[in-house]
Amino acid sequence: MTSFCGLSLEHPIINGSGTFDAIAARRAFGDELLERFPFSAFVSKTITLLPRAGNPPPRLWETAAGMINSIGLPNKGLAGYLEHDLPQLAELPVPLITNVMGSTADELAELVGACEARAEIAALELNVSCPNVATGLDIGAVPAELERVVARVRPATAKPLIVKLTPNTADVAACAQAAEAAGADAVSLINTLRAMALDTRGEAWLGGRTGGLSGPAIRNVALAQVAAVAARVNLPIVGMGGVQTGAHAQELLAAGATLVAVGTESFRDPAAGLRIARELREKAANSANPLV
Amino acid sequence: MFGRRACTVVGRETYGPYVVIDVHDPDGPVPEPGQFYMLAAVDRWGGGEGERPFLPRAFSVLRAREGGLSFLFDDVGPGTHRLMELDREDELWLTGPLGEGWRPTDRRPILVGGGVGIAPLAALADTLESPEILLGFRSDEHARAAELLPGARVITGGLVTDLLPDDLSHVELFACGPPAMLEAIRALGVPAQLALESGMACGFGACFGCVTPLVDGGYARVCVDGPVFAAAELAEVPAH
Repeated sequence: MTSFCGLSLEHPIINGSGTFDAIAARRAFGDELLERFPFSAFVSKTITLLPRAGNPPPRLWETAAGMINSIGLPNKGLAGYLEHDLPQLAELPVPLITNVMGSTADELAELVGACEARAEIAALELNVSCPNVATGLDIGAVPAELERVVARVRPATAKPLIVKLTPNTADVAACAQAAEAAGADAVSLINTLRAMALDTRGEAWLGGRTGGLSGPAIRNVALAQVAAVAARVNLPIVGMGGVQTGAHAQELLAAGATLVAVGTESFRDPAAGLRIARELREKAANSANPLV
Repeated sequence: MFGRRACTVVGRETYGPYVVIDVHDPDGPVPEPGQFYMLAAVDRWGGGEGERPFLPRAFSVLRAREGGLSFLFDDVGPGTHRLMELDREDELWLTGPLGEGWRPTDRRPILVGGGVGIAPLAALADTLESPEILLGFRSDEHARAAELLPGARVITGGLVTDLLPDDLSHVELFACGPPAMLEAIRALGVPAQLALESGMACGFGACFGCVTPLVDGGYARVCVDGPVFAAAELAEVPAH
Protein backbone atom coordinates (compact mmCIF):
# COMPACT_ATOMS: atom_id res chain seq x y z
CA MET A 1 0.00 0.00 0.00
CA THR A 2 1.10 3.54 -0.73
CA SER A 3 0.08 6.43 1.48
CA PHE A 4 -0.54 9.76 -0.22
CA CYS A 5 -2.09 12.80 1.49
CA GLY A 6 -4.02 10.54 3.85
CA LEU A 7 -5.25 8.29 1.02
CA SER A 8 -4.30 4.65 1.18
CA LEU A 9 -3.60 3.44 -2.38
CA GLU A 10 -2.99 -0.10 -3.69
CA HIS A 11 0.17 0.89 -5.59
CA PRO A 12 1.93 4.08 -6.68
CA ILE A 13 0.64 4.20 -10.29
CA ILE A 14 -2.12 6.66 -11.17
CA ASN A 15 -3.07 8.40 -14.45
CA GLY A 16 -2.18 11.85 -15.62
CA SER A 17 -5.18 14.16 -15.94
CA GLY A 18 -6.69 14.11 -19.42
CA THR A 19 -4.99 10.90 -20.51
CA PHE A 20 -7.68 8.36 -19.62
CA ASP A 21 -11.46 8.75 -19.85
CA ALA A 22 -12.73 6.04 -17.51
CA ILE A 23 -16.32 6.50 -18.68
CA ALA A 24 -15.48 6.10 -22.38
CA ALA A 25 -13.07 3.27 -21.55
CA ARG A 26 -15.83 1.40 -19.71
CA ARG A 27 -18.04 1.76 -22.78
CA ALA A 28 -15.22 0.41 -24.95
CA PHE A 29 -13.99 -2.42 -22.72
CA GLY A 30 -16.93 -3.21 -20.44
CA ASP A 31 -16.82 -3.99 -16.74
CA GLU A 32 -13.50 -5.80 -17.18
CA LEU A 33 -12.11 -2.28 -16.83
CA LEU A 34 -13.38 -2.14 -13.25
CA GLU A 35 -12.07 -5.61 -12.43
CA ARG A 36 -8.61 -4.77 -13.79
CA PHE A 37 -8.53 -1.04 -13.20
CA PRO A 38 -5.05 0.16 -14.18
CA PHE A 39 -4.62 2.93 -11.62
CA SER A 40 -4.67 3.11 -7.81
CA ALA A 41 -6.48 6.46 -7.97
CA PHE A 42 -8.25 8.05 -10.91
CA VAL A 43 -7.58 11.65 -11.95
CA SER A 44 -10.37 13.24 -13.98
CA LYS A 45 -9.76 15.35 -17.01
CA THR A 46 -9.75 19.08 -16.34
CA ILE A 47 -13.14 20.52 -15.38
CA THR A 48 -13.89 24.20 -15.97
CA LEU A 49 -16.78 26.29 -14.69
CA LEU A 50 -18.49 26.45 -18.08
CA PRO A 51 -18.56 23.76 -20.79
CA ARG A 52 -15.79 23.90 -23.39
CA ALA A 53 -15.86 22.35 -26.87
CA GLY A 54 -12.07 22.24 -27.10
CA ASN A 55 -9.75 23.35 -29.88
CA PRO A 56 -10.50 22.98 -33.59
CA PRO A 57 -8.83 19.90 -35.15
CA PRO A 58 -6.25 18.79 -36.01
CA ARG A 59 -5.34 18.18 -32.38
CA LEU A 60 -2.52 15.63 -32.59
CA TRP A 61 0.97 15.34 -34.04
CA GLU A 62 3.22 12.34 -33.66
CA THR A 63 6.89 13.00 -32.92
CA ALA A 64 9.97 10.78 -32.88
CA ALA A 65 9.36 9.64 -29.30
CA GLY A 66 6.05 11.06 -28.28
CA MET A 67 3.29 13.32 -29.43
CA ILE A 68 2.04 16.88 -29.32
CA ASN A 69 -1.57 17.46 -28.34
CA SER A 70 -3.64 20.58 -28.61
CA ILE A 71 -6.96 19.41 -27.19
CA GLY A 72 -8.13 22.57 -25.46
CA LEU A 73 -9.71 21.03 -22.33
CA PRO A 74 -13.08 19.96 -23.74
CA ASN A 75 -15.45 19.19 -20.84
CA LYS A 76 -19.08 19.44 -19.82
CA GLY A 77 -18.45 22.21 -17.31
CA LEU A 78 -18.83 21.95 -13.56
CA ALA A 79 -22.60 21.34 -13.52
CA GLY A 80 -22.36 18.71 -16.27
CA TYR A 81 -19.48 17.01 -14.51
CA LEU A 82 -21.24 16.85 -11.14
CA GLU A 83 -24.52 15.69 -12.63
CA HIS A 84 -23.42 13.29 -15.39
CA ASP A 85 -19.83 12.20 -14.85
CA LEU A 86 -19.44 12.07 -11.08
CA PRO A 87 -22.01 9.29 -10.45
CA GLN A 88 -20.22 7.13 -13.06
CA LEU A 89 -16.74 7.95 -11.76
CA ALA A 90 -17.92 7.09 -8.25
CA GLU A 91 -18.39 3.50 -9.46
CA LEU A 92 -14.65 3.14 -10.08
CA PRO A 93 -12.89 0.87 -7.57
CA VAL A 94 -10.34 3.57 -6.64
CA PRO A 95 -10.37 7.07 -5.07
CA LEU A 96 -11.26 9.92 -7.41
CA ILE A 97 -9.11 13.02 -7.83
CA THR A 98 -10.91 15.81 -9.66
CA ASN A 99 -8.77 18.19 -11.72
CA VAL A 100 -10.07 21.75 -12.12
CA MET A 101 -8.97 24.86 -13.98
CA GLY A 102 -10.15 28.43 -13.66
CA SER A 103 -9.21 31.59 -15.44
CA THR A 104 -9.23 33.57 -12.16
CA ALA A 105 -8.52 32.71 -8.52
CA ASP A 106 -12.19 33.26 -7.66
CA GLU A 107 -13.29 30.88 -10.40
CA LEU A 108 -10.89 28.21 -9.15
CA ALA A 109 -12.17 28.71 -5.59
CA GLU A 110 -15.75 28.28 -6.82
CA LEU A 111 -14.85 25.03 -8.60
CA VAL A 112 -13.00 23.70 -5.57
CA GLY A 113 -15.80 24.74 -3.23
CA ALA A 114 -18.38 22.88 -5.34
CA CYS A 115 -16.21 19.74 -5.27
CA GLU A 116 -15.67 20.07 -1.52
CA ALA A 117 -19.36 19.31 -1.01
CA ARG A 118 -19.16 15.98 -2.88
CA ALA A 119 -18.10 12.94 -0.88
CA GLU A 120 -17.32 11.00 -4.10
CA ILE A 121 -14.28 13.24 -4.63
CA ALA A 122 -11.26 12.22 -2.54
CA ALA A 123 -8.87 14.98 -3.57
CA LEU A 124 -8.50 17.94 -5.91
CA GLU A 125 -5.84 18.81 -8.41
CA LEU A 126 -5.44 22.38 -9.68
CA ASN A 127 -4.49 22.83 -13.32
CA VAL A 128 -2.62 26.13 -13.26
CA SER A 129 -1.10 25.84 -16.72
CA CYS A 130 -3.17 28.73 -18.01
CA PRO A 131 -3.26 32.51 -17.94
CA ASN A 132 -5.16 34.37 -15.23
CA VAL A 133 -7.51 36.55 -17.29
CA ALA A 134 -7.73 39.01 -14.37
CA THR A 135 -3.98 39.64 -14.12
CA GLY A 136 -2.71 38.43 -17.49
CA LEU A 137 -0.05 36.36 -15.73
CA ASP A 138 0.47 32.67 -16.41
CA ILE A 139 -0.74 31.33 -13.04
CA GLY A 140 1.54 28.35 -12.80
CA ALA A 141 4.62 29.97 -14.31
CA VAL A 142 5.02 32.92 -11.91
CA PRO A 143 5.67 31.88 -8.28
CA ALA A 144 4.09 34.96 -6.68
CA GLU A 145 0.97 34.62 -8.80
CA LEU A 146 0.75 30.89 -8.05
CA GLU A 147 1.07 31.53 -4.31
CA ARG A 148 -1.69 34.16 -4.41
CA VAL A 149 -4.06 31.87 -6.36
CA VAL A 150 -3.43 28.76 -4.24
CA ALA A 151 -3.87 30.81 -1.05
CA ARG A 152 -7.25 32.03 -2.36
CA VAL A 153 -8.33 28.44 -3.16
CA ARG A 154 -6.97 26.67 -0.08
CA PRO A 155 -9.72 27.70 2.40
CA ALA A 156 -12.39 26.38 0.00
CA THR A 157 -11.60 22.74 0.74
CA ALA A 158 -10.45 20.42 3.48
CA LYS A 159 -9.70 17.70 0.91
CA PRO A 160 -6.11 17.11 -0.21
CA LEU A 161 -5.12 19.84 -2.68
CA ILE A 162 -2.58 18.95 -5.37
CA VAL A 163 -1.08 21.67 -7.53
CA LYS A 164 -0.14 20.48 -11.03
CA LEU A 165 2.97 22.39 -11.98
CA THR A 166 3.84 23.51 -15.48
CA PRO A 167 7.31 22.80 -16.84
CA ASN A 168 7.05 25.92 -19.00
CA THR A 169 8.61 28.19 -16.39
CA ALA A 170 12.05 29.44 -15.45
CA ASP A 171 12.22 27.79 -12.02
CA VAL A 172 9.81 24.94 -11.34
CA ALA A 173 11.14 24.44 -7.80
CA ALA A 174 10.31 28.07 -6.95
CA CYS A 175 6.76 27.42 -8.18
CA ALA A 176 6.58 24.30 -5.99
CA GLN A 177 7.76 26.33 -2.99
CA ALA A 178 5.07 28.92 -3.72
CA ALA A 179 2.42 26.19 -3.77
CA GLU A 180 3.76 24.78 -0.50
CA ALA A 181 3.78 28.22 1.16
CA ALA A 182 0.16 28.74 0.12
CA GLY A 183 -0.96 25.50 1.74
CA ALA A 184 -0.93 22.91 -1.06
CA ASP A 185 -0.83 19.30 0.18
CA ALA A 186 1.08 17.95 -2.83
CA VAL A 187 2.45 18.92 -6.22
CA SER A 188 2.28 16.98 -9.47
CA LEU A 189 4.64 17.38 -12.41
CA ILE A 190 5.44 17.62 -15.21
CA ASN A 191 2.64 18.84 -17.39
CA THR A 192 3.37 18.79 -21.15
CA LEU A 193 6.11 20.93 -22.66
CA ARG A 194 4.91 23.67 -25.00
CA ALA A 195 5.61 22.55 -28.55
CA MET A 196 4.71 23.21 -32.17
CA ALA A 197 4.52 21.27 -35.42
CA LEU A 198 4.52 22.64 -38.98
CA ASP A 199 2.91 21.15 -42.06
CA THR A 200 4.77 20.91 -45.38
CA ARG A 201 3.84 24.52 -46.25
CA GLY A 202 5.40 25.80 -43.03
CA GLU A 203 2.03 26.53 -41.43
CA ALA A 204 1.09 25.47 -37.89
CA TRP A 205 -0.42 21.98 -38.12
CA LEU A 206 -2.42 22.05 -34.89
CA GLY A 207 -5.74 23.84 -34.78
CA GLY A 208 -4.62 25.48 -31.54
CA ARG A 209 -1.28 26.41 -33.22
CA THR A 210 0.84 25.17 -30.30
CA GLY A 211 0.32 22.17 -28.05
CA GLY A 212 2.00 20.10 -25.38
CA LEU A 213 4.70 17.52 -25.94
CA SER A 214 4.42 14.25 -24.02
CA GLY A 215 5.76 10.73 -24.14
CA PRO A 216 9.27 9.27 -23.75
CA ALA A 217 10.75 12.41 -25.33
CA ILE A 218 10.15 14.30 -22.06
CA ARG A 219 11.06 11.59 -19.54
CA ASN A 220 14.47 12.94 -18.62
CA VAL A 221 13.10 16.47 -18.36
CA ALA A 222 10.57 15.11 -15.87
CA LEU A 223 13.30 13.40 -13.85
CA ALA A 224 15.28 16.62 -13.58
CA GLN A 225 12.26 18.68 -12.60
CA VAL A 226 11.00 16.16 -10.02
CA ALA A 227 14.48 16.00 -8.49
CA ALA A 228 14.69 19.81 -8.41
CA VAL A 229 11.30 20.10 -6.71
CA ALA A 230 12.03 17.29 -4.24
CA ALA A 231 15.17 19.13 -3.16
CA ARG A 232 13.23 22.28 -2.29
CA VAL A 233 9.85 21.23 -0.83
CA ASN A 234 8.62 18.76 1.75
CA LEU A 235 5.38 17.96 -0.06
CA PRO A 236 4.58 14.58 -1.58
CA ILE A 237 5.14 14.63 -5.34
CA VAL A 238 3.20 12.97 -8.16
CA GLY A 239 5.89 12.48 -10.79
CA MET A 240 5.04 12.02 -14.44
CA GLY A 241 6.47 12.39 -17.92
CA GLY A 242 7.14 9.65 -20.45
CA VAL A 243 6.82 6.69 -18.09
CA GLN A 244 6.56 3.46 -20.10
CA THR A 245 7.92 0.80 -17.72
CA GLY A 246 8.28 -0.08 -14.06
CA ALA A 247 11.94 0.93 -14.33
CA HIS A 248 10.91 4.40 -15.48
CA ALA A 249 8.48 4.68 -12.57
CA GLN A 250 11.21 3.53 -10.19
CA GLU A 251 13.45 6.34 -11.44
CA LEU A 252 10.83 8.98 -10.67
CA LEU A 253 10.33 7.49 -7.21
CA ALA A 254 14.10 7.58 -6.72
CA ALA A 255 14.08 11.24 -7.79
CA GLY A 256 11.63 12.01 -5.00
CA ALA A 257 8.13 11.19 -6.21
CA THR A 258 5.59 9.40 -3.97
CA LEU A 259 3.23 8.50 -6.82
CA VAL A 260 3.88 8.14 -10.53
CA ALA A 261 1.35 9.05 -13.18
CA VAL A 262 1.13 7.34 -16.57
CA GLY A 263 -0.27 9.28 -19.50
CA THR A 264 0.78 8.83 -23.10
CA GLU A 265 1.71 5.16 -22.60
CA SER A 266 -1.96 4.41 -21.84
CA PHE A 267 -2.76 5.60 -25.38
CA ARG A 268 -0.49 2.86 -26.73
CA ASP A 269 -1.83 0.25 -24.34
CA PRO A 270 -4.98 0.97 -22.31
CA ALA A 271 -3.79 -1.43 -19.60
CA ALA A 272 -0.26 0.02 -19.42
CA GLY A 273 -0.84 1.17 -15.82
CA LEU A 274 -1.39 -2.45 -14.71
CA ARG A 275 1.79 -3.61 -16.39
CA ILE A 276 3.86 -0.73 -14.99
CA ALA A 277 2.55 -1.34 -11.44
CA ARG A 278 3.40 -5.04 -11.78
CA GLU A 279 6.89 -4.31 -13.11
CA LEU A 280 7.45 -1.88 -10.26
CA ARG A 281 6.34 -4.52 -7.72
CA GLU A 282 8.63 -7.15 -9.28
CA LYS A 283 11.50 -4.70 -9.28
CA ALA A 284 10.99 -3.98 -5.58
CA ALA A 285 10.81 -7.72 -4.81
CA ASN A 286 13.99 -8.39 -6.78
CA SER A 287 15.94 -5.57 -5.20
CA ALA A 288 15.10 -7.03 -1.77
CA ASN A 289 16.75 -10.27 -2.86
CA PRO A 290 20.54 -10.05 -2.35
CA LEU A 291 21.11 -12.85 -4.88
CA VAL A 292 19.66 -10.85 -7.78
CA MET B 1 -11.40 -7.09 -23.91
CA PHE B 2 -9.35 -4.63 -21.84
CA GLY B 3 -5.79 -3.87 -22.90
CA ARG B 4 -3.79 -4.75 -25.97
CA ARG B 5 -2.87 -8.30 -26.95
CA ALA B 6 -0.12 -9.74 -29.12
CA CYS B 7 -1.54 -11.64 -32.10
CA THR B 8 0.23 -13.57 -34.83
CA VAL B 9 0.01 -12.77 -38.52
CA VAL B 10 -1.16 -15.89 -40.35
CA GLY B 11 -1.59 -14.60 -43.89
CA ARG B 12 -0.50 -11.82 -46.22
CA GLU B 13 -1.74 -11.03 -49.72
CA THR B 14 -1.22 -8.13 -52.08
CA TYR B 15 -3.92 -6.47 -54.16
CA GLY B 16 -2.06 -4.06 -56.43
CA PRO B 17 -0.40 -1.56 -54.07
CA TYR B 18 -2.52 -2.69 -51.12
CA VAL B 19 -1.75 -5.44 -48.63
CA VAL B 20 -4.23 -7.56 -46.69
CA ILE B 21 -2.97 -9.29 -43.58
CA ASP B 22 -4.81 -11.98 -41.66
CA VAL B 23 -4.32 -12.09 -37.91
CA HIS B 24 -5.04 -14.96 -35.52
CA ASP B 25 -7.12 -13.54 -32.66
CA PRO B 26 -8.68 -16.55 -30.92
CA ASP B 27 -9.58 -14.77 -27.68
CA GLY B 28 -10.91 -11.44 -28.89
CA PRO B 29 -14.60 -10.55 -29.13
CA VAL B 30 -16.19 -10.85 -32.59
CA PRO B 31 -16.31 -7.34 -34.11
CA GLU B 32 -19.39 -5.73 -35.58
CA PRO B 33 -18.98 -4.52 -39.18
CA GLY B 34 -17.61 -0.99 -39.11
CA GLN B 35 -15.74 -1.41 -35.83
CA PHE B 36 -12.00 -0.89 -35.76
CA TYR B 37 -8.79 -1.90 -34.00
CA MET B 38 -5.64 -0.09 -32.93
CA LEU B 39 -2.63 -1.88 -34.43
CA ALA B 40 1.12 -1.69 -33.89
CA ALA B 41 3.93 -4.06 -34.81
CA VAL B 42 5.40 -5.79 -31.75
CA ASP B 43 8.91 -5.47 -33.24
CA ARG B 44 10.41 -2.34 -34.77
CA TRP B 45 7.54 0.03 -34.07
CA GLY B 46 9.62 3.20 -34.35
CA GLY B 47 12.81 3.85 -36.25
CA GLY B 48 11.05 4.53 -39.56
CA GLU B 49 10.68 7.87 -41.34
CA GLY B 50 11.24 10.62 -38.76
CA GLU B 51 11.97 7.91 -36.15
CA ARG B 52 8.26 7.09 -36.17
CA PRO B 53 5.77 5.41 -35.69
CA PHE B 54 5.24 5.85 -31.97
CA LEU B 55 1.47 5.57 -31.53
CA PRO B 56 -0.67 2.65 -32.71
CA ARG B 57 -2.74 3.11 -35.88
CA ALA B 58 -6.51 2.73 -36.31
CA PHE B 59 -7.89 0.28 -38.92
CA SER B 60 -11.43 -0.86 -39.62
CA VAL B 61 -11.73 -4.60 -39.75
CA LEU B 62 -11.94 -5.83 -43.34
CA ARG B 63 -13.36 -9.23 -42.43
CA ALA B 64 -13.72 -11.31 -39.29
CA ARG B 65 -13.92 -15.09 -39.48
CA GLU B 66 -13.64 -17.72 -36.74
CA GLY B 67 -10.87 -16.34 -34.57
CA GLY B 68 -9.29 -14.46 -37.44
CA LEU B 69 -9.29 -10.81 -38.48
CA SER B 70 -8.22 -9.23 -41.76
CA PHE B 71 -7.00 -5.69 -42.30
CA LEU B 72 -6.34 -3.69 -45.46
CA PHE B 73 -3.30 -1.40 -45.66
CA ASP B 74 -2.13 1.31 -48.03
CA ASP B 75 1.40 2.70 -47.66
CA VAL B 76 0.76 6.31 -46.66
CA GLY B 77 3.26 6.86 -43.83
CA PRO B 78 5.67 5.23 -41.41
CA GLY B 79 2.91 3.38 -39.52
CA THR B 80 1.24 1.76 -42.52
CA HIS B 81 4.65 1.19 -44.09
CA ARG B 82 5.76 -0.92 -41.14
CA LEU B 83 2.45 -2.78 -40.89
CA MET B 84 2.67 -3.69 -44.59
CA GLU B 85 6.04 -5.34 -43.99
CA LEU B 86 4.49 -7.83 -41.56
CA ASP B 87 4.35 -11.40 -42.77
CA ARG B 88 3.37 -14.81 -41.42
CA GLU B 89 4.56 -15.45 -37.86
CA ASP B 90 5.23 -11.77 -37.16
CA GLU B 91 3.40 -10.37 -34.17
CA LEU B 92 1.03 -7.46 -33.94
CA TRP B 93 -0.30 -5.55 -30.93
CA LEU B 94 -4.03 -5.33 -31.25
CA THR B 95 -6.60 -3.41 -29.17
CA GLY B 96 -10.29 -3.80 -29.94
CA PRO B 97 -12.83 -4.14 -31.34
CA LEU B 98 -13.54 -0.44 -30.80
CA GLY B 99 -16.14 2.14 -31.74
CA GLU B 100 -19.67 2.13 -33.11
CA GLY B 101 -20.09 0.36 -36.45
CA TRP B 102 -22.76 0.41 -39.15
CA ARG B 103 -26.39 0.48 -38.01
CA PRO B 104 -29.09 -1.59 -39.74
CA THR B 105 -31.55 0.14 -42.04
CA ASP B 106 -34.99 -0.61 -43.49
CA ARG B 107 -34.06 1.30 -46.63
CA ARG B 108 -32.28 -0.14 -49.67
CA PRO B 109 -28.53 -0.13 -48.89
CA ILE B 110 -25.96 1.05 -51.41
CA LEU B 111 -22.35 0.65 -50.35
CA VAL B 112 -19.98 3.35 -51.65
CA GLY B 113 -16.24 2.96 -51.18
CA GLY B 114 -13.11 4.79 -52.22
CA GLY B 115 -9.57 3.43 -52.10
CA VAL B 116 -8.48 1.82 -48.85
CA GLY B 117 -11.85 2.95 -47.47
CA ILE B 118 -13.47 -0.13 -48.95
CA ALA B 119 -12.37 -2.11 -45.86
CA PRO B 120 -15.35 -1.60 -43.53
CA LEU B 121 -17.73 -2.12 -46.49
CA ALA B 122 -16.47 -5.68 -47.01
CA ALA B 123 -17.42 -6.58 -43.43
CA LEU B 124 -20.83 -4.97 -43.99
CA ALA B 125 -21.40 -6.60 -47.39
CA ASP B 126 -20.98 -10.03 -45.80
CA THR B 127 -24.06 -9.35 -43.66
CA LEU B 128 -26.31 -8.21 -46.54
CA GLU B 129 -27.98 -10.16 -49.31
CA SER B 130 -26.36 -9.14 -52.62
CA PRO B 131 -26.10 -5.43 -51.84
CA GLU B 132 -25.34 -2.86 -54.54
CA ILE B 133 -21.66 -1.88 -54.19
CA LEU B 134 -19.96 1.05 -55.93
CA LEU B 135 -16.19 1.45 -55.64
CA GLY B 136 -13.76 4.08 -56.85
CA PHE B 137 -9.99 3.77 -57.19
CA ARG B 138 -7.31 6.13 -58.42
CA SER B 139 -5.76 3.61 -60.87
CA ASP B 140 -6.32 0.18 -62.40
CA GLU B 141 -3.59 -1.18 -60.12
CA HIS B 142 -5.44 0.07 -57.04
CA ALA B 143 -8.71 -1.28 -58.44
CA ARG B 144 -7.39 -4.81 -58.01
CA ALA B 145 -8.65 -4.49 -54.42
CA ALA B 146 -12.19 -4.58 -55.81
CA GLU B 147 -11.79 -8.38 -55.76
CA LEU B 148 -12.35 -8.08 -52.02
CA LEU B 149 -15.98 -7.08 -52.69
CA PRO B 150 -17.31 -9.41 -55.37
CA GLY B 151 -20.06 -7.98 -57.54
CA ALA B 152 -19.01 -4.35 -57.12
CA ARG B 153 -19.25 -1.79 -59.92
CA VAL B 154 -15.91 -0.02 -60.18
CA ILE B 155 -14.80 3.36 -61.50
CA THR B 156 -11.12 4.13 -61.95
CA GLY B 157 -9.69 7.64 -61.94
CA GLY B 158 -13.12 9.28 -61.64
CA LEU B 159 -15.69 10.06 -58.97
CA VAL B 160 -17.46 7.08 -57.46
CA THR B 161 -20.44 9.31 -56.75
CA ASP B 162 -20.98 9.44 -60.54
CA LEU B 163 -22.13 5.81 -60.28
CA LEU B 164 -24.96 6.66 -57.88
CA PRO B 165 -28.48 6.25 -59.29
CA ASP B 166 -30.44 9.48 -59.93
CA ASP B 167 -33.29 8.36 -57.69
CA LEU B 168 -32.04 7.95 -54.13
CA SER B 169 -35.46 7.79 -52.48
CA HIS B 170 -35.78 4.63 -50.33
CA VAL B 171 -31.96 4.33 -50.40
CA GLU B 172 -29.47 4.58 -47.56
CA LEU B 173 -25.83 5.06 -48.48
CA PHE B 174 -23.07 3.35 -46.49
CA ALA B 175 -19.86 5.10 -47.38
CA CYS B 176 -16.18 5.08 -46.53
CA GLY B 177 -13.36 6.68 -48.46
CA PRO B 178 -11.33 9.87 -48.82
CA PRO B 179 -12.67 12.95 -46.99
CA ALA B 180 -13.63 14.71 -50.23
CA MET B 181 -15.73 11.72 -51.28
CA LEU B 182 -17.47 11.53 -47.90
CA GLU B 183 -18.07 15.28 -47.90
CA ALA B 184 -19.68 15.02 -51.35
CA ILE B 185 -21.99 12.27 -50.07
CA ARG B 186 -22.81 14.20 -46.89
CA ALA B 187 -23.69 17.23 -49.00
CA LEU B 188 -26.25 15.17 -50.97
CA GLY B 189 -28.49 15.43 -47.93
CA VAL B 190 -29.83 11.89 -48.33
CA PRO B 191 -29.87 9.22 -45.60
CA ALA B 192 -26.30 8.04 -45.32
CA GLN B 193 -23.89 6.52 -42.84
CA LEU B 194 -20.30 7.64 -43.16
CA ALA B 195 -17.32 5.77 -41.69
CA LEU B 196 -14.75 8.45 -40.90
CA GLU B 197 -11.01 8.16 -40.63
CA SER B 198 -9.03 10.27 -38.19
CA GLY B 199 -5.59 10.26 -36.72
CA MET B 200 -6.01 9.12 -33.13
CA ALA B 201 -3.60 8.43 -30.31
CA CYS B 202 -5.62 5.89 -28.33
CA GLY B 203 -8.82 4.68 -30.03
CA PHE B 204 -10.84 4.38 -26.81
CA GLY B 205 -11.86 7.94 -25.95
CA ALA B 206 -8.91 8.92 -23.81
CA CYS B 207 -7.01 11.46 -25.89
CA PHE B 208 -9.81 13.58 -27.44
CA GLY B 209 -7.57 13.98 -30.46
CA CYS B 210 -9.79 12.53 -33.21
CA VAL B 211 -12.75 14.91 -33.14
CA THR B 212 -15.03 15.86 -36.01
CA PRO B 213 -17.36 18.89 -36.03
CA LEU B 214 -21.10 18.31 -35.49
CA VAL B 215 -23.95 20.14 -37.19
CA ASP B 216 -25.36 21.15 -33.78
CA GLY B 217 -22.01 22.62 -32.72
CA GLY B 218 -19.19 21.09 -30.77
CA TYR B 219 -17.29 17.96 -31.66
CA ALA B 220 -17.70 14.20 -31.49
CA ARG B 221 -14.87 11.75 -30.94
CA VAL B 222 -14.46 9.58 -34.02
CA CYS B 223 -13.21 6.67 -31.89
CA VAL B 224 -16.07 6.27 -29.41
CA ASP B 225 -18.96 8.21 -30.99
CA GLY B 226 -18.08 6.78 -34.43
CA PRO B 227 -16.25 5.87 -36.57
CA VAL B 228 -19.62 5.47 -38.31
CA PHE B 229 -21.81 8.59 -38.13
CA ALA B 230 -25.15 9.50 -39.64
CA ALA B 231 -24.30 12.05 -42.33
CA ALA B 232 -26.96 14.41 -40.95
CA GLU B 233 -25.10 14.67 -37.62
CA LEU B 234 -21.94 16.05 -39.21
CA ALA B 235 -21.20 19.70 -39.95
CA GLU B 236 -18.68 18.63 -42.58
CA VAL B 237 -16.13 15.93 -43.22
CA PRO B 238 -12.83 17.72 -42.52
CA ALA B 239 -10.00 17.33 -45.02
CA HIS B 240 -7.81 15.73 -42.35
